[in-house]
Amino acid sequence: MLLNKDQLINWLNKLMQAYQVFVPVKEGDYFCFKQINSGDQVILYYTNSKVPPKEVLFPRSEKLFYYRCENDGVQLTEQIDESKKIIVGLRPCDAKSLLLLDSVFSSDKYQDPYYLTRRNNTVLVGLGCNQPAATCFCTSLGGGPFATEGLDLLLVDIGDRYVVEVLTERGRELLSGMELPAADQEAQEAARVVKEGASLSSQVNLEGLKSKLDVNFYDPIWDMIHEKCLGCAACTYTCPTCHCFDIVDEAAGNEGCRIRNWDACMFPLFTLHGSGHNPRPTGKERFRQRVMHKFKYFVDNFNAIACVGCGRCIINCPVNLDIREVLAEIQGSEVRSDKQ
Amino acid sequence: MRELTKAIQETAQKLLQDKEVELVVGFAKGSLPLRNTPCFIRQPEEAQKLVWGYGCENNLATYLRQRPEKLAVVAKGCDSRSIIELIKENQINREKLVIIGIPCQGMIDRKKVTRLLAGRELLKAEVKDGQVVLMGKGFSETVPCEQLLHDTCLTCQHPNPVLFDIMLGEPVPVKEADSFADLANFEAKAPAEKRAYLIQELSRCIRCYACRQACPMCFCEECFADCSMPQWLSKSSLNVQDNVFFQAVRVLHLAGRCVDCGACDRACPMGIDLRTLTHKMVRDVQELFGYTAGVSLEERAPLAAPVSSSTLNHF
Ligand code: SF4
Ligand code: SF4
Ligand code: SF4
Ligand code: SF4
Ligand code: SF4
Repeated sequence: MLLNKDQLINWLNKLMQAYQVFVPVKEGDYFCFKQINSGDQVILYYTNSKVPPKEVLFPRSEKLFYYRCENDGVQLTEQIDESKKIIVGLRPCDAKSLLLLDSVFSSDKYQDPYYLTRRNNTVLVGLGCNQPAATCFCTSLGGGPFATEGLDLLLVDIGDRYVVEVLTERGRELLSGMELPAADQEAQEAARVVKEGASLSSQVNLEGLKSKLDVNFYDPIWDMIHEKCLGCAACTYTCPTCHCFDIVDEAAGNEGCRIRNWDACMFPLFTLHGSGHNPRPTGKERFRQRVMHKFKYFVDNFNAIACVGCGRCIINCPVNLDIREVLAEIQGSEVRSDKQ
Repeated sequence: MRELTKAIQETAQKLLQDKEVELVVGFAKGSLPLRNTPCFIRQPEEAQKLVWGYGCENNLATYLRQRPEKLAVVAKGCDSRSIIELIKENQINREKLVIIGIPCQGMIDRKKVTRLLAGRELLKAEVKDGQVVLMGKGFSETVPCEQLLHDTCLTCQHPNPVLFDIMLGEPVPVKEADSFADLANFEAKAPAEKRAYLIQELSRCIRCYACRQACPMCFCEECFADCSMPQWLSKSSLNVQDNVFFQAVRVLHLAGRCVDCGACDRACPMGIDLRTLTHKMVRDVQELFGYTAGVSLEERAPLAAPVSSSTLNHF
């Protein structure tokens, strides 16, 4: 189907009647996904957002329930966000990251009602990447600038119009009443040219990486690789697949609220036990955990790598610790048996 | 630049070969255009990885605290000033540290580059004769370096290392300009406007603590922001007031210790203006206590020195 660019704003305004609409908007020098109240706030010429749109479904800080202690017990009021949402303009890598988050929040052992309710109520309209960033390496992870996995609709920018690829029934419903023309041959050809022109300059080699990680837990490589790391959460908080959290109570007097906040394996506090013992006492163990979690443990648990190649950790690291170089170093290390 | 790179490599190689140090902390070529990255060299033959350029923006003093080994560090003006404060705070053993001083020409601010390119992707950059050539798909733009330097560098009064054992290169001229001129705007605001500005900036804070981690002077065993018993600061980022509170305490905690290196500001992934706060605090300390951090090994820091009645009169 074909959507004229000047129809886009009207379309968003129309969607707003039934959904909370989240789109990339400019904040400071960067782009972030925010709920808008008018279609003209959207910006679809960004390369990638600073913080991934995962925060719409898995907020940085989320109130789980309120409580009030009374004479005869505790009163709880649960907060589950049941509003219908739509994210328009998210990148294919970010859509894929949500499929990875799904495996974490929805398993045989546990179903997370907060995430899953939002997730089931959210429709995803992707935007293909005509000009991938220099740090993008999604193709190495099975994605691509026009990959459709996880999306309901994909917009392909062909200049003054979008070719809209309908991927699911939910996606089709979003267009109902719009009476969009089908993409003619000229538009299809334009879309093909745009797709072929979107080349990625960056790649990582993942071949055999997992088998190395399986045995190199005690490898001396970890002594060096993390050395410049500052132990902040710039990489993890801006990663679309990172999902660690901490739960705290914020209370005053006899009432309060339980809140789930993003947390990060790069912080020493993350694993500090009540006893004072810390199983990941230094930056070395913490950095190893970040790499292992993404490229080994997640694979062991869910049969997928927990990285979609969006490159945010590369752009945002204050000391330019580049995950592509880390993986290359691990690749280049000797295979040795795992012993202390 | 090329001569400085060579001089750094030779110096590092010699120090390691002669076993004067076990480790050299410096910069290597980064993985992104205009970017260098901290690096740790232990073998003489690896010294050739070291480089110098407009992308050596990190403050390497961060890596020097409580090190057991004898080591050398490549230090520009602000790094050397942080080292002075860290020595005074017993975080660095002067006897075990060799400071390789480098006169600094200023560092390029990647945020300014991003702003200038307005959405175009930087794929390659070259710096020559005070000009930066920015290149990408279908464009090439030449800009004077001066236009792209960090604000901290533009007002820096100590580009030449204050403390060093070996000095490489020629000293660079110090700028005459009023180093606090950039604060005039902020200072002229009414308190409510100042507050509104900080709230607007810090509404973007994601509490990643990169600002804290990048600062060489943030080294408390337990940060107040992490304390849970008692809890000083809400752990959630729901309330912007708490983000402001975090920065206010962070910055006040650095009063008389902050050397205005800008490492915190550079580290912030959200591009939040932290420098207005840090710079304002530097100015206040100068006005109230007549103290400039990191310029003397002897002078006692204001909060470690006896308070005079004239200082108290200010409050
Ligand atoms: S690890 Fe880095 S590149 Fe991979 S998904 Fe996370 S932020 Fe993106
Ligand atoms: S990683 Fe791929 S999908 Fe993601 S923004 Fe870059 S090109 Fe697009
Ligand atoms: S962003 Fe960089 S410095 Fe910060 S924790 Fe991640 S790798 Fe380390
Ligand atoms: S507060 Fe910022 S400017 Fe001051 S010393 Fe720390 S990192 Fe440098
Ligand atoms: S680095 Fe920026 S985003 Fe991170 S905690 Fe500091 S001010 Fe907030």
